[in-house]
Amino acid sequence: MTEPLARTPLFDFHVAQGARLVPFAGWEMPVQYTGIIEEHIAVRKAAGLFDVSHMGEARVRGRDAAAFLDRIMTNEMSSIKPGSARYTIMCQPDGGCVDDLIVYRISESDFFICLNASNAKKDIAWMQSHIGTAQVEVIDECKAWAQLALQGPLAEKILSLHTELPLAEIKRFQFLVGTVAGASGCIVSRTGYTGSAGFEIYLPATQATAVAQKLIEVGKPLGLLPVGLGARDSLRLEAGYPLYGHEISETISPIQAGLGWTVKLNKGEFIGRAALQKQVEQGTASKVVHFVLNDRRIARQGTPVLSGDTVGGEVLSGTLSPILNKPIGSALVQSDAKAETLAVDIRGTRIPLQIAIAPFVK
Amino acid sequence: MSQVPADLRYTKDHEWIRQEADGTATIGITDHAQAALGDVTFVDLPKVGKSFGAGDVFGTVESVKAASDLYCPVAGEIVATNAGLNDAPDLVNREPYAGAWMIRIKLKNPADFAQLLDANAYQATL
Repeated sequence: MTEPLARTPLFDFHVAQGARLVPFAGWEMPVQYTGIIEEHIAVRKAAGLFDVSHMGEARVRGRDAAAFLDRIMTNEMSSIKPGSARYTIMCQPDGGCVDDLIVYRISESDFFICLNASNAKKDIAWMQSHIGTAQVEVIDECKAWAQLALQGPLAEKILSLHTELPLAEIKRFQFLVGTVAGASGCIVSRTGYTGSAGFEIYLPATQATAVAQKLIEVGKPLGLLPVGLGARDSLRLEAGYPLYGHEISETISPIQAGLGWTVKLNKGEFIGRAALQKQVEQGTASKVVHFVLNDRRIARQGTPVLSGDTVGGEVLSGTLSPILNKPIGSALVQSDAKAETLAVDIRGTRIPLQIAIAPFVK
Repeated sequence: MSQVPADLRYTKDHEWIRQEADGTATIGITDHAQAALGDVTFVDLPKVGKSFGAGDVFGTVESVKAASDLYCPVAGEIVATNAGLNDAPDLVNREPYAGAWMIRIKLKNPADFAQLLDANAYQATL
């Protein structure tokens, strides 16, 4: 028997908004409301509201919190200023990824961490198993929080209609704690997973529906649409952001994924450091590339990538870019493969990969 | 509720078939199918002159979410395909029963038509 799907606090909101709900990482989530392409374009041109309450949250606090996080994360945690956030990978000893996360420093000894839905339980168990003698506690706060993402060029204007927080003062990867649409204790962060401007709002789960409804009401006349996971995926891929289980995984390291900037080899010892240093010095056998196809067919996850006539890799993610109006994607290929020989075979049609530098859309 | 025109025949795989006066049949996918697929981005159709058996895959329809096979409801030979879908695959979403017809086929056994679902029987499968 499979476990019943979990529902976010916004489940009834999704149904009322006409969402099509699908299973995702153990959750019953909206994949689309009006249509993936329309929702994608709304985010690029106006704004979109996403329920991402399936994402997990953990609290790491205590005297040694910063040093503890530096020991289990690839990026430098002790230099994050209170009120700022940082993207990081949490690695295995062999350099593979446990997860990618955003770490928010609330105060000197209090950190708030956003976890991928599919990895939340694993991440919290991993963190707890590495506490050792550190003066720190790792607290599972997944159930306490809902999360909304308000993304797009009009996100700030829409959010300003329902908060007194000085949004213009929040720089990228900074946050404030305050009241949004009557809900106090919200973390309002200038971060996102779309490549467009906007905010992520962590809020008490009990307040989520009321806040979402108020944001939709004031935003709809400005072009705000509720956006599902379908457009969330096409937006993040257009922006070149990795998705765990695709561009990074337990077998694809941050170095292979082109995320070397998140790996601070000189900050001191951390889990995975030796393996990652070796990958940097000696190179890796395979690496992640992004591509465009001059075709209408989409190369989807698992499609073999040909190098000449032999299979030399596979597609990790693929979708249609509604902005380029062309298929885009990412693939794991042999590092020494010649770019001009790479192609995919889609149902018997050989289509050359045009290697591209992400983001696909500036 | 999706539309199921009364004058067409259907398959349980969500293709529709219209019998034409000249002994050919026109084939597309239903309103229910296009709604389930979401935004259609590409329709891969066979060449004129190719023959298919009943139940054979004759092409593919791709949406942002997934690629789905298209099944030939009746045996026969392709006599025309809808080139308009190359430039406007979203016609499948907008006009599944009109502008987004996919293939026209010359039936090998005209009696096959009687085996297909009528509108009531198809509606009952949804």
